[in-house]
Amino acid sequence: MGRPTPAVRVAKAVALTVVVLLVVFPLWTVLATSLATPQNVIDNGGWVVWPDEFTLSAYTEILQGGIVSRALLVSAGVTVIGTALSLVCTIGLAYTLSRPRVYGGKPMLLLVLFTFLFPPGMVPLFLVVQGTGLFDRYAALVLPFLVNVFNLVVMRGFFQSIPPELVDAARIDGAGELGILRQVVLPLSKAVIAVVGLFYAVAYWNRFFEAIIYFNDQTKWPIGTVLRQYVTGGASLAETSGELATTSPQSVQMAVVMLATLPIVCVYPFLQRYFVKGVVTGALKA
Amino acid sequence: MSMTRVRSAATGPPGVPARHEADRAGPLRRLRADRVLLLLAAPGLVYFLVFHYGALFGTVLAFQDYVPFLGVSGSRWVGLAHFERMVTDPLFWNAVKNTLLIAALQLVFFFPAPLALALLLNSVVGDTLRRFVQSVVYLPHFLSWVIVVALFQQMLGGAGVVNGWLSALGVGGVAIIGNPDLYGPLVVAQLVWKECGWATIIFLAALSQVDEQQYEAAALDGAGWWRRVWHVTLPAIRPVIVLLLVLRLGEFLSIGFEQFFLQRQSVGPETGEVLDTFVYFTGFANGDFGYAAAVGLFKGVVGVVLIYTANKVAHRLGEQGVYKS
Repeated sequence: MGRPTPAVRVAKAVALTVVVLLVVFPLWTVLATSLATPQNVIDNGGWVVWPDEFTLSAYTEILQGGIVSRALLVSAGVTVIGTALSLVCTIGLAYTLSRPRVYGGKPMLLLVLFTFLFPPGMVPLFLVVQGTGLFDRYAALVLPFLVNVFNLVVMRGFFQSIPPELVDAARIDGAGELGILRQVVLPLSKAVIAVVGLFYAVAYWNRFFEAIIYFNDQTKWPIGTVLRQYVTGGASLAETSGELATTSPQSVQMAVVMLATLPIVCVYPFLQRYFVKGVVTGALKA
Repeated sequence: MSMTRVRSAATGPPGVPARHEADRAGPLRRLRADRVLLLLAAPGLVYFLVFHYGALFGTVLAFQDYVPFLGVSGSRWVGLAHFERMVTDPLFWNAVKNTLLIAALQLVFFFPAPLALALLLNSVVGDTLRRFVQSVVYLPHFLSWVIVVALFQQMLGGAGVVNGWLSALGVGGVAIIGNPDLYGPLVVAQLVWKECGWATIIFLAALSQVDEQQYEAAALDGAGWWRRVWHVTLPAIRPVIVLLLVLRLGEFLSIGFEQFFLQRQSVGPETGEVLDTFVYFTGFANGDFGYAAAVGLFKGVVGVVLIYTANKVAHRLGEQGVYKS
């Protein structure tokens, strides 16, 4: 390929820098504001780009018990248990649907794919949740989203891309279907399991709307729902009112944003290398 | 997804003996033979039956004067009354108008953005640099809408970063958040910020398939970067672009819910109400469940028709649709 002219190279460098800054800068001001002292935040008019002095008081304040700490625990629990259950159900169904000539395989596949075309409406789904007695139970944040059709299709596609010779060899060695799944299919599918697991975990961690309609008991709210109260509901943190001397409401709000973002930012680099491998292989086969 | 194709795939071409003994056995024998696999599939299947098909059954309340206390079985049937009401309800048509407007803005401004970013990323020669930029731009996809809305308030709100800069420069502040005139551009900007990077994945995969030799030939002919993009790259990935465009048109009405739910209050329903928020506020805030379900059903049916048409078009163009597995 011909060498680009200097002008083109400069233009590209500028464009890339702008793109990266557009993503990083907002996150950075949130972090900086959450670490700034109240006076610093007030002087600057509500936000800072570089704190004069770093303090963790906003974090210690919201993490010493109370609504945010509880919400973080709820979200962590829902995310861990939900992701585990979702993966088990998705792997099981995807594996069965990936095997040729399973009894009832085609009707099962059609049954599942049809839901892609016609996702359940908000009101009918609400009735089902009500009917299954999930109101005010944490299960209401997990069971209605247990298997995602897209994730299922990606995983089935990946399973189908495993060479049948490997499966046949295991069967000749006397392995049953469970043995083939455990010894042949799963070890080869780490990439897709990592990616689909991340998709589920992120979806569980970020879910906030369902708690509004399914939970009367606000102490059971996950972090997203609590955060929404402060961000768009206009509520201020009850615990911090009257304590403006040690923390500013902006810092506390930004600290909550940070705590809701942090787990994702932490897990993300470890799974990122699987994205293309896991998703593209699975999706292309499907 | 045609049944004939499914059948022939299940039994194999005629004349070739079945490789699997169980194919010839009776249903009970086959059930026994596949019992482990069927058990593995059972939890997932039960989920789909309960939460998808159960909800599908619950859609009947679109034809009822639903009273929560009486339930689906006890409520009065009203036939198509909710749908007749829809036709003359100005609030419903307002939601339709806003939905179409935002969908059109998304199509014009969001759809080309990932393609442009992918072309930029693809032209970066250094592998490390490209991977770094990719990691950065994928990240917002994984943040929740609550966080994205919070970030935009922090940056563009009345007391936000940008207004702070403007007043420092002596320029008066601009009301961006909460301004009905700028609501459409704002929500599309948010979508671009959140999803543009992630959406490059499929374009980058397509770009990696483009024949290097064609580039070199074009470069030898003296074509600059832009001409190579226009005459080599874009024609090579045209099928992917067309397919994604067709699929996007199939999902035209699916503009998202959470983003609009979070920000409807900031501009009021006249600008901020879209079909999904209309369903929510009619059903859950006003308790008008039957009417809300009817509007939801209307949107769902239109969605199916659009997706079906889009797939037909995609097949006609010689591409694979979404649901041809």
